[in-house]
Amino acid sequence: MQQTYVLTVLTFLPVAGTLALLLLRSDDHVWIRRLALVTAAAEFAISLLLLRGFSVQATGYQFEEFHEWIQQPPIHYHLGVDGLSLFLVLLTTLLTPVSILASWKSIDQRVKGFFISLLVLETGVIGVFVSLDLFLFFMFWEVMLIPMYFLIGIWGHERRIYAALKFVLYTMFGSILMLVAILWLYRVTAAAGYPTFDIAQIQALLSSGTITLPLRTEILLFGAFFLAFAIKVPLFPLHTWLPDAHTEAPTAGSVMLAGVLLKMGTYGMLRFCLPLFPEASRRFAPEIAVLAIIGIVYGALVSMVQVDLKRLVAYSSVSHLGFVVLGIFAFQAVSIQGAVFQMLSHGISTGALFLGVGMLYDRRHTHLIKEFGGLATPMPVIAALYLFTCFASAGLPMLNGFVGEFLILAGTFQKHAAWASWAALGVIFSAVYLLWSYQRVFFGSITQDKNGALPDADMRERGILFLMAVIMLWMGIGSPFFTRRIETSTQNVLQLMRRPQAYDAGEINNHDMNAMDMDQSTMPVNSANSAAPAGAAGSVKSR
Amino acid sequence: MMPAEYFLAHIWMIPLFPLAGAALMLLIGRRLPNRAVSAVCVGSVFLSMCFAFGAIWQLIARPAADRLVSFNLFDWVPAGAMHTNAGNLMDLHVPWGVLMDPLTAVMLLVVTGVGFLIHVYSIGYMGHEGGYYRFFGYMNLFMFSMLTLVLANNLLLLFVGWEGVGLCSYLLIGFYFLRKSASDAGKKAFIVNRIGDAGFLLGLFLMLGTLGTIQFTELGPAITAGHFEFGNGTLTAIALLLFVGATGKSAQLPLYVWLPDAMEGPTPVSALIHAATMVTAGVYMIARTNAVFSMAPRALEVVAVVGCVTSLFAATMGLVQNDIKRVLAYSTVSQLGYMFLACGVGAYTAGVFHLMAHAFFKALLFLGSGSVIHSLSGEQDMRKMGALWTKVPTTARTFVVASIAIAGIPPLAGFFSKDAILGHAFEHSPVLWLLGFITAGMTAFYMFRLVNMTFFGKSRVDHEVEHHIHESPSAMTVPLTILAALSVVGGWVGWPESLGGSDRFAQFLAPVMAQHGEETAAAASSINSMEYLLMALSVAIAAGGIWLAYRLYIQRPEMPEKIAASSGFLYRLLYRKYYMDEIYDAMFVNRTKDLALTLGAFDRNVIDGLGVDGSGWLTRFTSRVSMWWDSWIVDGLVNLAARVVWILSYPVRMLQTGRVSRYALFMLIGVLIFLGYYLRSSGFTLQNLLH
Repeated sequence: MQQTYVLTVLTFLPVAGTLALLLLRSDDHVWIRRLALVTAAAEFAISLLLLRGFSVQATGYQFEEFHEWIQQPPIHYHLGVDGLSLFLVLLTTLLTPVSILASWKSIDQRVKGFFISLLVLETGVIGVFVSLDLFLFFMFWEVMLIPMYFLIGIWGHERRIYAALKFVLYTMFGSILMLVAILWLYRVTAAAGYPTFDIAQIQALLSSGTITLPLRTEILLFGAFFLAFAIKVPLFPLHTWLPDAHTEAPTAGSVMLAGVLLKMGTYGMLRFCLPLFPEASRRFAPEIAVLAIIGIVYGALVSMVQVDLKRLVAYSSVSHLGFVVLGIFAFQAVSIQGAVFQMLSHGISTGALFLGVGMLYDRRHTHLIKEFGGLATPMPVIAALYLFTCFASAGLPMLNGFVGEFLILAGTFQKHAAWASWAALGVIFSAVYLLWSYQRVFFGSITQDKNGALPDADMRERGILFLMAVIMLWMGIGSPFFTRRIETSTQNVLQLMRRPQAYDAGEINNHDMNAMDMDQSTMPVNSANSAAPAGAAGSVKSR
Repeated sequence: MMPAEYFLAHIWMIPLFPLAGAALMLLIGRRLPNRAVSAVCVGSVFLSMCFAFGAIWQLIARPAADRLVSFNLFDWVPAGAMHTNAGNLMDLHVPWGVLMDPLTAVMLLVVTGVGFLIHVYSIGYMGHEGGYYRFFGYMNLFMFSMLTLVLANNLLLLFVGWEGVGLCSYLLIGFYFLRKSASDAGKKAFIVNRIGDAGFLLGLFLMLGTLGTIQFTELGPAITAGHFEFGNGTLTAIALLLFVGATGKSAQLPLYVWLPDAMEGPTPVSALIHAATMVTAGVYMIARTNAVFSMAPRALEVVAVVGCVTSLFAATMGLVQNDIKRVLAYSTVSQLGYMFLACGVGAYTAGVFHLMAHAFFKALLFLGSGSVIHSLSGEQDMRKMGALWTKVPTTARTFVVASIAIAGIPPLAGFFSKDAILGHAFEHSPVLWLLGFITAGMTAFYMFRLVNMTFFGKSRVDHEVEHHIHESPSAMTVPLTILAALSVVGGWVGWPESLGGSDRFAQFLAPVMAQHGEETAAAASSINSMEYLLMALSVAIAAGGIWLAYRLYIQRPEMPEKIAASSGFLYRLLYRKYYMDEIYDAMFVNRTKDLALTLGAFDRNVIDGLGVDGSGWLTRFTSRVSMWWDSWIVDGLVNLAARVVWILSYPVRMLQTGRVSRYALFMLIGVLIFLGYYLRSSGFTLQNLLH
């Protein structure tokens, strides 16, 4: 295997940036900001190399790096990206400089600490997306918590301590269970004589039937992983940390939280839950889909009546991420592609909504809708771009939100028409809460004197919002650019869900993956017929 | 030298001109002078119109069987495999492609032709308004979306245009966003449309899964190949779901409520979007997917009944409205109902014919009303108008032409199209015909009520306004005149065979609606005598309506109020629009709000309060209990052990007091004890001592 170091550089460049930041005097705000921005921009530039070098056809992981790390137990430093994680990495490297720009003026206390936290957060998130070793993954998963805790707890608003604590405790609760599951999985591999934490290897072992999980074990492990991810997404009814965390976090925190942190949950489901525990996934798909649909409708309805604009956007995330989960657990290549697309799209449009709300906050120091009204008159540029974002978020065709929703619903409908029909309610309600809040904030005449003379967007703010708008338009029209790169990996996920027992020469093509009654764990294991899918086998054989 | 069929090969460029205009306006329009804005935006629509007309010309030049151009421009939504509900594995793949056939040609003619005239008109109408660039930017964006809609070669791309026109409708209804009623109306329009759109999308998914394609040209072959029987349930479901979308966009029962409110927008918007083009998208969509609808007789019945009832229902409300634009709005809903009636009885051609004729005269009516409003400094209430015939001559004359056309008096456009619809309806069901027939009478009445209240009788105009009455500038009157001419001659292309014509329009559209062209042709010849009778009746009831309006509003102007007073309940019911807004508010809007509020409280109090904070409290409680346990039980045991030791050690402690004298005493006692012991063991006893 040809070794590249681009992923290592991507993961640790932000940390290198923080080391450089430490050298600066802490009252040298200008240079701290500049250095942070330069680091994040360089990071983004490097991530573009990833995009350029990414091969559309290749199954399996690309830009892989593999080093021994700990001998006993065998923990490896194993990195790689595929179609599921590629754009999530890019989303992270894009949103970090945007967040830095968004905090340019609004953060003037403990500036150094703020940007250090933001950069460390970037390292943590990218690490999560590129790790191919469960232990490494878990480490980054936990690392990411610390800077976010500080971002909310130090630079947040009135109830920041409560929100930060809630966020951390909630996530920790899930991750502890996940840690147990990871260790259990390791024990299973060790018992079979191939001790490893490596995802690709575990995958290959499972696919070839070298190790098998009894159904009960599989369900328990699935549950532990899924709970951790469901909290992160967040899936109804585990979502209440989100509005608090969003509302109290500074703008940059909200952007990163909504933009990329939530996606760690849905990414985890795709990376671990489906391929490692296919039977349990299938078994619980109906229940999960119901929760997702409740989340879609419930999130939208609750969003509708929020009096706090930021909370409103936060609840809209619950609704949008419900679509993602629904798409994943419909087990259609199309809907999973839609789910991955929706993750990116939600990161951009909800990120932009938070940026807009942040700009209003910078001017008026409140998020309460009733404090606004008629803002389109003093600030037409922000009003126009915010409206653009609202429509992107509401899923207007030719903008990003539509493609994801369409693919998810189109795929889901073919298997479960009822699920898609209920979820379509979300399409209606999203227009209601977005347009209603928009009307109350921007339309009408000025009702409060303070709002009359508010300045419109300056060049920095215009640049940020405009960049986001361009990306929304691009994703809406040029969606093949994304879907093509996602496609192979999503099909690989579905491929990995088929265990060798289910293989039968003629059955591969029209095999109904939704066969609930097929209890594979009781079937005889045929390890001789190790028709392991190309992707998993490919990454194992190289070492 | 242009290559042959240059325009047909470049139909994809037609929407791009207005798109460029819109992009320019919305990006830098604020810095442009009004002249530049009008030049760019009207010019872009003009270019579109030239390309469209060129393409139509070249399409007609082709032999009738070969009038179809369809090609894909680029991949728009390609995605992976999916298992369809029919059980096949298919690749979802939606290209961005254009389609040009006779049906598209008619729509292009209407959209670019009427669109261009309305753009020209807007130069005059919007000249003094703020946000000039914004207005034209939105209008151009609308043209782009509408042209995308009519040129789309698949249902999803049509949906793109469908949503795009909805967006522009939202933006333009709420153009005067400082007014709450305007932004409310825009929001209402978008949300009500979204309800329909959800149905549309589901229909699209079902079509995708059932037929495996959403390309219009492949629908017919796919149905043939799939061996669907006539009246197949799935096809019926597809048709009904699509029709739900159409009721939203084309303002039919039960989703019509947004259109009357949409009159909050500037009048050219009402003319372009809410009369001539966007609201007809539903009719167009049904005509476009007629292959599916024709296989679903049940669905067609629903379409016919909904259209017919809507048409009558809206006409009754139009009878009593006093706002000039609201009368026209209800009239639009009613006329759209006619178009659906036509589609529902399988006469797609007649529906599209009425669509075209309606676009001419209804655009004219709206623009004319705009001209009246303009000349009266913004007054919209007909009770404050009257006797304007001589003061705004061009507007008045063209307006009357349009009113005659919509009333259905031959040989104007409305007569031919409405007659075609009623004729087909009669063949299908006399009841439908009767309802349509009554509606025709009402149409004539409310239109001439409007004409009489506005242009004739005594002037009721406010005094201050009276001085400023002026005919509109030529930018406005010239479009009016052209549209008036079209309202007269526009129907002649569909001159029926029974009156010595050749119905070129139906022949032109026949290839698109192949199955039904033949049927109708056969049916038309069989009941010729009946047709004459129906025609005579329609003309008679239209004349009757006009006469009644003349009698009530010119000859005896005090009568309407008396009638209104004597039939109090009925009048109020109509005037308050059957209380439909209130009913919807009570049944749906407020219930949704209540539900949302309840869920909000549930989220705050139960999930977050009881669940999360509750478990937090429980954790703290547990830790208190543990602390208590720890300090009282665990630590208590430790202390107890110590205390036991302490108690047990009491005697020992008595010995170790640290006082030397006591030690000396204890030592003495010890010595004595030892001494006693020694003496005893050496055999010494007290007896020995005594004896």
